[in-house]
Amino acid sequence: MSVWSLDARWRGDSPSSLDDASVAPAVSSRRAFLLCVAALAIPVAGGVVAYIYQLTQGLSVTGLNDEVFWGVYTVDLVTFIGFSYGGALVSAILRLTNASWRGPISRIAEATAVVTLIIGALFPIIHIGRPERLWEMFVRPQINSPQLWDMVAIGTYLLATLVLFSLPLIPDLARLREGNGIGGWRARLYRWGSFGWRGTEVQRRTLNRALTIVAIAIVPLAIMVHTVLSYAFSLTSRPGWHSTIFGPYFVIAAVYSGIAIVILASVAYRRVYRLEKWIDERSIRFLAYLMVAMGVAYAYFTFTEVTTAGYVGGREEAPVLYGLMLDRYAPLFWGFVVMGLVVPVLLVAFRKTRTIAGITIAAGLVVGAMWLKRFLIIVPTLAPSLLGDSYGSYTPSWVELMVTVGAAAAIPLLLVLLFRVVPVLSADEIEELNDQVRS
Amino acid sequence: MRISGPRIEPGASTSSLNEKGSSGITRRRFLGGALLGAGALGVLGEGLAGRVAAAEDLELAETGKIGDQQWAMVIDLRRCDGCGECTTACQKMHHLPETQEWIKVHELEDATGGTYFMPIPCQMCENAPCVRVCPVGASFYQEDGAVVIDQNVCIGCRMCMAACPYGVRTFNWEDPPNIPERFRSSTPEFTVPQKKGTVGKCDNCVHALREGRFPACVEFCSMEAIYVGDLVDDTATNGHDTVVLSDFLRDNDAFRFKEEMGTAPRVYYIAGHGQDLDY
Repeated sequence: MSVWSLDARWRGDSPSSLDDASVAPAVSSRRAFLLCVAALAIPVAGGVVAYIYQLTQGLSVTGLNDEVFWGVYTVDLVTFIGFSYGGALVSAILRLTNASWRGPISRIAEATAVVTLIIGALFPIIHIGRPERLWEMFVRPQINSPQLWDMVAIGTYLLATLVLFSLPLIPDLARLREGNGIGGWRARLYRWGSFGWRGTEVQRRTLNRALTIVAIAIVPLAIMVHTVLSYAFSLTSRPGWHSTIFGPYFVIAAVYSGIAIVILASVAYRRVYRLEKWIDERSIRFLAYLMVAMGVAYAYFTFTEVTTAGYVGGREEAPVLYGLMLDRYAPLFWGFVVMGLVVPVLLVAFRKTRTIAGITIAAGLVVGAMWLKRFLIIVPTLAPSLLGDSYGSYTPSWVELMVTVGAAAAIPLLLVLLFRVVPVLSADEIEELNDQVRS
Repeated sequence: MRISGPRIEPGASTSSLNEKGSSGITRRRFLGGALLGAGALGVLGEGLAGRVAAAEDLELAETGKIGDQQWAMVIDLRRCDGCGECTTACQKMHHLPETQEWIKVHELEDATGGTYFMPIPCQMCENAPCVRVCPVGASFYQEDGAVVIDQNVCIGCRMCMAACPYGVRTFNWEDPPNIPERFRSSTPEFTVPQKKGTVGKCDNCVHALREGRFPACVEFCSMEAIYVGDLVDDTATNGHDTVVLSDFLRDNDAFRFKEEMGTAPRVYYIAGHGQDLDY
């Protein structure tokens, strides 16, 4: 087995075999890896420091106030958990429908789901005033509360996502038992983590059945998580929040941004480790089609939400909608519509821009725009007072921004660390799918 | 049927906030009225008490599961001139920072283009959205109908602030300013000193009512626009006049704020815009 190394890459070589390709990030230059980790660790450390400062000072270090009492942290909570949908839901659905193009991107998708969900799940803790009292939710849970079900749903979903990530790893780790140039603790981990996998008929059948069960379970679970998250808003009587479409609206938003994250991660690994031969353009393109389908659905949801609220108006609904579409938040809202819905869809729609570069730009726009959209869901509803006699305002503080940037940087950091250990391609699955196609 | 009177003897306590000369007498009148009122005033099953009964209270009252008092409030907007004395008195009583107003006086526009003032304390809903959404049960109903917060349990998620249709809840972003030593721990009935990182709101001054004193907003409203009442005794007083609560509400076309939300508040309003009333 040849070891594809950094030297080979500098010569512009692509890894020569599937096995080499799958461990390319794990065997590449140690220095480059450490540099990359250090570069990403700086903003993450900044976020940690900012949060520690917040712990000592309290939530007064945020820009929040009694009018706009939920802000960037709530936006982050919804956005980061939403990112995990691309991995979990898409990978599960592609597995269930046996889409042959899923092979090259399934590992990256599942890893992204785990990483983004872990980061997203921190935000309920970051955003509360008394994080040290979180245990109260376990000792005196109130089953009426959407917050409680948020916790239950996120916890269950995280467990399912971890299983969906780890099960397909077993045959891949077994392939690495022999080393493939990796020794030390990682080799020991591969031996342990392959659970005596020999690829027998029985083992294969058991694994596939288990994966099917998890994939089936994870679809309603994922839908549940964002539906319950949306309930934190729609189960109140606030204008702009108290809406029947909020459940599906949030789910679609999550899948939309989640696919975008998977595209960005796949393109990055494809490019840096010259995996073009293994992560083919077709897989990226199909992901982009899925993303655009979600984008169109989201545009439709946005349209119908605004239309039903705006046509009837109402004393409470009208000022919120006015602020969003024509007044204070109008530049942000229309900026979202153009950069988050129109441009990404057009970029993928036209053959000329439907290149890897074009798709990457579209995905990047979607990721940023969907963060902004969550901001536009939360803040404009809170700003006008419920009696219509005053208008609150909110500017995120440096603490909130640093924590957000740190959390965002933690996604690539955790992915880099993860793929230093586990194979970036699910080689076993790719081979199995290739066999299927051939036969 | 069970009619209950107050457990507190008239004049048993003195209010440190009590600066009005007449309120001692008034207090005796209010509480005494409640005592005498068994036959004359506090007949359950009539008037407002009957309506409360519809809200399941009667059943509870009959089985003795209900508190001896069921607090209610009436705010007569015909008398409110928007001076904000209620807000200030409340802030003093609860040692609130200036930014926190547990009874906020809003200046609102009426249908004729004129304005009127509307003080909004916690509406003490019988079907409170804030209680429903609290993940840890830190917001809860007391037996006397008051919706209170246990700041020793609240995790500060602010879900209740989102759920409250009246916007009466505030968050303790900072520690409260200069709390005298004698206030040691926050209890649901008297959240002083407030705990940083938790949610606070009007507590109906239940602690004061238990001692036979009035809520700060009632006591210090020089317009005598705010009444505190007891649904069980069917009486209410603004510190000057004592009225039969159900008659008073019916005769003056009282309404509840955002009635359509189904929150069933225990705060009643009488419409008006600060006109000079002589009654």
